[in-house]
Amino acid sequence: QTSLYINITYVTALARSKHIRQFHLTSHTQVTVRDALNQAMDEELERDERVFLLGEEVAQYDGAYKVSRGLWKKYGDKRIIDTPISEMGFAGIAVGAAMAGLRPICEFMTFNFSMQAIDQVINSAAKTYYMSAGLQPVPIVFRGPNGASAGVAAQHSQCFAAWYSHCPGLKVLSPWSAEDAKGLLKSAIRDDNPVVVLENELMYGVAFELSDEAQSKDFVIPIGKAKIERPGNHVTLVAHSRMVGFCLDAAAVLAKEGVECEVINLRTIRPLDTDTIEASIMKTNHLISVEGGWPQFGVGAEICARIMEGPAFNYLDAPAIRVTGVDIPMPYAKILEDNSVPQIKDIIFSVKKTLNM
Amino acid sequence: MVWCAFMFHLVDISKCDLHKLEEGPPLQAVLTREEGLQYYRTMQVMRRMELKADQLYKQKIIRGFCHLYDGQEACAVGIESGINRTDHLITAYRAHGYTLTRGGTVREIMAELTGRRGGIAKGKGGSMHMYAKHFYGGNGIVGAQVPLGAGVALACKYQGKNELCVCLYGDGAANQGQIFETYNMAALWKLPCIFICENNKYGMGTSVERAAASTDYYKRGDFIPGLRVDGMDILCVREATKFAAEHCRSGKGPILMELQTYRYHGHSMSDPGISYRTREEIQEVRSKSDPISLLKDRMISNNMASVEELKEIDVEVRKEIEDAAQFATTDPEPPLEDLCNHIFSNEPPMEVRGTNPWAKLKSIS
Repeated sequence: QTSLYINITYVTALARSKHIRQFHLTSHTQVTVRDALNQAMDEELERDERVFLLGEEVAQYDGAYKVSRGLWKKYGDKRIIDTPISEMGFAGIAVGAAMAGLRPICEFMTFNFSMQAIDQVINSAAKTYYMSAGLQPVPIVFRGPNGASAGVAAQHSQCFAAWYSHCPGLKVLSPWSAEDAKGLLKSAIRDDNPVVVLENELMYGVAFELSDEAQSKDFVIPIGKAKIERPGNHVTLVAHSRMVGFCLDAAAVLAKEGVECEVINLRTIRPLDTDTIEASIMKTNHLISVEGGWPQFGVGAEICARIMEGPAFNYLDAPAIRVTGVDIPMPYAKILEDNSVPQIKDIIFSVKKTLNM
Repeated sequence: MVWCAFMFHLVDISKCDLHKLEEGPPLQAVLTREEGLQYYRTMQVMRRMELKADQLYKQKIIRGFCHLYDGQEACAVGIESGINRTDHLITAYRAHGYTLTRGGTVREIMAELTGRRGGIAKGKGGSMHMYAKHFYGGNGIVGAQVPLGAGVALACKYQGKNELCVCLYGDGAANQGQIFETYNMAALWKLPCIFICENNKYGMGTSVERAAASTDYYKRGDFIPGLRVDGMDILCVREATKFAAEHCRSGKGPILMELQTYRYHGHSMSDPGISYRTREEIQEVRSKSDPISLLKDRMISNNMASVEELKEIDVEVRKEIEDAAQFATTDPEPPLEDLCNHIFSNEPPMEVRGTNPWAKLKSIS
């Protein structure tokens, strides 16, 4: 894992240096998802004194995945807090702090560990504003890497998008690009409600162009709005997180065969931007949802159900389908792991089946 | 009879058992006539309110869960008299008494129990989810309130306002893992948190001996100093709370209090409370250790109040409860329009899916 990080930094450094030569031609910068998240937190910590970060290894270790690198050095013990390995305890502490007027960012080293604390997220955070009829808001962010990683096996690879998105009172975000990461995390921190931000470890080291606008300290991405990453006419691909990149890769291959895919990056899982998906289906007449998580009761299942119930149903020329992770606990061996999550060829295959090619 | 306006008495109170403390609360408490009457009245209001809730529950006007606090009044009233209004407090589901001491009115508490729009949570929360300023409920999940309370304490320390958080839990909850996680972090970070275990001897139907390998709850914080307090004597509770508050405010970190108390009712209204304990035991506590009687006897024997005067207070209290019950039974239920409101704070109006795809309900903050 450490060597992977170094390689990516090297590649990013190369990319950046290349860009410096072209600096006078363009105003874009290459930023990794990791750095975008770091910037988001740094800016929000600076902007609002009530914001603080707690979690395992977030302070002196610079973050288990280096997402919070430099923050402890800059802000100190009061605002960047290392916790013992006590998820239920520190998640509850974070929620209590939010109830009493602070704006905590509670990091789970991975969302797999959030299962130990899930009662605090749902029963103490999500439901409280409702139960108190508006007396007690809970302005908290729960963030951390979610879903499959590389070689970490079953207990460390689960996607929690469906579980958290099931619950009213929570907002659930799933950034893909650096711009997503920065804008969505900033929105989450500024939101007065409990927000779950599902990051992706394999995306941390990936660099994206960050526009001038996205580099601004006030750049936020609205929660609940999906983004069309690539327009197309023949089929709608809806995805979140890492799978957005896979869909774009699949779209590039399919374009050579004359199939133009419209790729929608959900950005927010709850509330789901059904309008954008429906508008797209009314144009393309075909829908495929792509996710890394398990199929049963998943994000794709919800999308399909909503499309069935809404105006876009009449525009479908084929059943809406889902491309998902395989319905098994994540195996370890590389060949097995590779075949447990959707690959680009699976997306291409599904598109062709849907289009009867 | 003319009462001296500054009449007070120095009262002997029982010694607390100490854990990792050199000294404990004082063995004498100052009780002024005014204080005594106020404590008496508040405890009586609390008692009658709970008994009225019992009545309304049996009439099926209150439904669902209802965990009554009668017997434990000295704890809630004693704690409140030992802290400031600006301090913070959180407890579990046996919360009606604390909702009252933290500023809720009897009317809005009872109307919440009967599920009406005039309830303290507009009828959305019910018995276990009542909130007030610096009072964080009312929490249904056993033990979950303890980390929350430490979080409130963290905010107190962070904001530097010299406030503290009183964090309550029962003898049943005392065995929850998250409480030990909280002890650890509270001690590590020196959070201004008073952990209070209300030991009423039974976690639902399980006696403390059957649930805990160590029933010395005041010692279970291990590295956190603790004291065991007679929870039936309001002055004991008050002095211990003041002592604990001083400990926290001086920056020494958390402290733990075990209040030995008793509930007359079963765990909840669906528990008669006699299958796991004898009627004799309940009767013995009532006759020998009732917190209201103890205070009454003390005041009368020290000539701080007359029997008639206290009877007058009883009559007033009865009327207050009757009025509140009248309100709670006649106030209308929340409007259906309120069903989907209060999902998110500070949010533009949004749509919520109803029971079927055509049911699009409105939700405002």
